[in-house]
Amino acid sequence: MIPNASGTLFIILTVALVTLGTRALPFVLFPAGRKTPEWILSLGRALPPAMIGMLVVYCLKGVSPLVYPYGLPELFSVALVVLLQLWRHNTLISICGGTACYMLLIQMVFS
Amino acid sequence: MRKKKKALKAAFPHTIPVLLGYLFIGIAFGILLRDKGLGAGWAALMSTLIYAGSMQFVALNFFAGGWSLASIALMTLMVNLRHMFYGLSMLDAFKSMGRKKPYMVFSLTDETFSLLCSAQPPEGVDKDSFLFCMALLDHVYWIAGSVLGSLIGSLIPFDSTGIDFAMTALFVVIFVEQWKAMRNHLPALAGVGAALLCLGLFGPDRFILPTLVLIAGLLALFRKSMAQEADAS
Repeated sequence: MIPNASGTLFIILTVALVTLGTRALPFVLFPAGRKTPEWILSLGRALPPAMIGMLVVYCLKGVSPLVYPYGLPELFSVALVVLLQLWRHNTLISICGGTACYMLLIQMVFS
Repeated sequence: MRKKKKALKAAFPHTIPVLLGYLFIGIAFGILLRDKGLGAGWAALMSTLIYAGSMQFVALNFFAGGWSLASIALMTLMVNLRHMFYGLSMLDAFKSMGRKKPYMVFSLTDETFSLLCSAQPPEGVDKDSFLFCMALLDHVYWIAGSVLGSLIGSLIPFDSTGIDFAMTALFVVIFVEQWKAMRNHLPALAGVGAALLCLGLFGPDRFILPTLVLIAGLLALFRKSMAQEADAS
């Protein structure tokens, strides 16, 4: 079925506008010209680590620890990324190493 | 011009993990969109205007029909609410952006946010241009990936299953770096803890919203101890 073009366009524009709204709202509420309340700024400083932590969990949300392969590919690969990062301090090495490890594990070892 | 080129050159290496992740996920999106009867032009339009990975996958369902624009708007709001928190974190960083600011706000995806949090420009490179270039490069990767997927998705010659782990790895690396940089680990622990708890309670499809509420609550409740030393990073 080919969806009709104007309907599709309206759907896309709606999603685009609401998405932009969620990104722009903080900047509309707290414009650069006026003084942002101190508690908002301190919230803004504490948020990044909390959000990155949430994103890590978000990426791994599909893992089921109780069914085969018990989340082992993810566990090993994440552990490898952490170790590589602590050892070499090189983001690219950590990411490529971890990703290669994960691909090998799910394609060959736990396939 | 030279300033911009220098910033672009400095920004590119930082975006390579996003390049891998966006190309792969973008290609997957392009293929799925094509299955819905919408070709490369639509893929380019969506990835240019919406530019939100997980939301575009959710939006695939809208094309099957049966969705009012109001319910589409509500669904989009729920899925993308976390972006508000990114904006709150970037109020300060974007203050000096000038003409680049609207684009920085528009392009604030999970991945770009994480790069903005972590990457530092080398000596002699303008910070605002550096951040702008990372945001722009990510956007280009995303558009390129979805168009590629639409055009040649089914012809990929090797088994690329699992390459999207690059994104997970990127977040893990940034998590480790922030952990080392900050002596106060409470915000990081609150984020992981809240997400795990809500994942267990609400399941993988519905845990983000309660997680955001819980994180906001925890950060507000323990404001003093959370903010402590956060500035020392």
